[in-house]
Amino acid sequence: MRQHASYWAFIVHRVSGIALALFLPLHFWTLSNAMQDSIAWTNQPLVKLGEWLIVVALAAHLGGGLRVLALEFLPWRDWQKSLAAAAAAFALAVGLAVALAL
Amino acid sequence: MKVRVQRGESVQEFEVPRQPSQTVLDVVTYIQRYLDPTLAYRFACRVGMCGSCAMTVNGVPRWTCRTHVDRVGDQLEIGPLRNLPVIRDLVVDMREFFDKWARAKGEFRGARTKADDFAKVEPQSAQRVLVDKGIECIGCGVCYAACDVVKWNPDYLGPAALNRAWTLVNDVRDERNPERLRAVAGDAGCHACHSHVSCTERCPKHLSPTAAIAGLKRAVAKAVLQGDL
Amino acid sequence: MSYRTQAVLWIAQRASAAVLALCVAVHLATIIYAVQGGLTSAEILERTRGSVGWFAFYSVFVLAVTLHVPIGLRSICSEWLRWRGPSRDVALLLFAALLAWAGMRAVVGVFA
Repeated sequence: MRQHASYWAFIVHRVSGIALALFLPLHFWTLSNAMQDSIAWTNQPLVKLGEWLIVVALAAHLGGGLRVLALEFLPWRDWQKSLAAAAAAFALAVGLAVALAL
Repeated sequence: MKVRVQRGESVQEFEVPRQPSQTVLDVVTYIQRYLDPTLAYRFACRVGMCGSCAMTVNGVPRWTCRTHVDRVGDQLEIGPLRNLPVIRDLVVDMREFFDKWARAKGEFRGARTKADDFAKVEPQSAQRVLVDKGIECIGCGVCYAACDVVKWNPDYLGPAALNRAWTLVNDVRDERNPERLRAVAGDAGCHACHSHVSCTERCPKHLSPTAAIAGLKRAVAKAVLQGDL
Repeated sequence: MSYRTQAVLWIAQRASAAVLALCVAVHLATIIYAVQGGLTSAEILERTRGSVGWFAFYSVFVLAVTLHVPIGLRSICSEWLRWRGPSRDVALLLFAALLAWAGMRAVVGVFA
């Protein structure tokens, strides 16, 4: 069944939210430990990949969240349909920026 | 062309002649008149005014009288509207749809009587403009069939009922308003909407239940923060 | 759960979302700065330990997360897992407590 942009924006928002909810306790725990020991183990590729995925999930979730806030609080306009695209672009931009940094 | 029609649990295939300017309603009507008189379906005006002919066409809820075969291609799959119980073939039971309309207090009640003067409602006032944006709903059920939250949450009042409630929240003549906000708040009401915007996308009258529901969320929040609810 | 409670949850979710949008932006910028600067954990800790400002900032961050995540999970539980009622809400409260504990433990470890 065909779906439209706003529906996919919702799915990305929800799935990224689930990923973050599952990841955050781990992130808090890792942080406590990494600060105790050397931060060097965070240079392992798998950890870097995990952290990058989390940042992308965060950016995607934030983008999607801004879309929801715009729909709920700003006066209705036709451009609100393009918010899904804006959210996606934002997530991509952050993901790339962080990838470069890592 | 081959047309597949959902009939209860099974799908029946029919061979229907292709005509110029043919609508999906024409196709269904041809099947019932010439191929299988037992096919049950609804229609009335057949000119895009009543909403009775709403069905699922290639996965999308639409008015079949306003859906040209040219537009959707001739690999047609026709089924009843989703999210509502099926009575038979392409006919659904709309009672739950209208019951939810009533639960959302989707009915006008004014305080004036014949003895009072007319209510003065300024057409360009902010509130009336909001009402006018949503008032043309004819209760066809397409938005309700399109909504995933309706699918996932059986108590959810749905886009049409909430859209109507919003028009009444903004109707300065209506006297049921704090009560109405209570009726539309909560897990079964406006707060269950996640802005998929499927309702707005599919509405044949180009209404925006998404905007109406967002308005209800703001109105409820304001009432809660002001202690009015 | 009364409609008023549900309305308050909606308000809390949007408010915490706004707070998180800010916190996440600051956090990401800081992390990118730290990583690009090639700071070691000792160097990072030197800058963060004893910082009242950063401690306060990250405590607000953790509080906002503790509100936002369980309210978000609530809809997912009822819509995708068909889990409704008091048991779901109790489970979510416990998860909120877990997030608060783990979060503050990390904050204390880095900023206290």
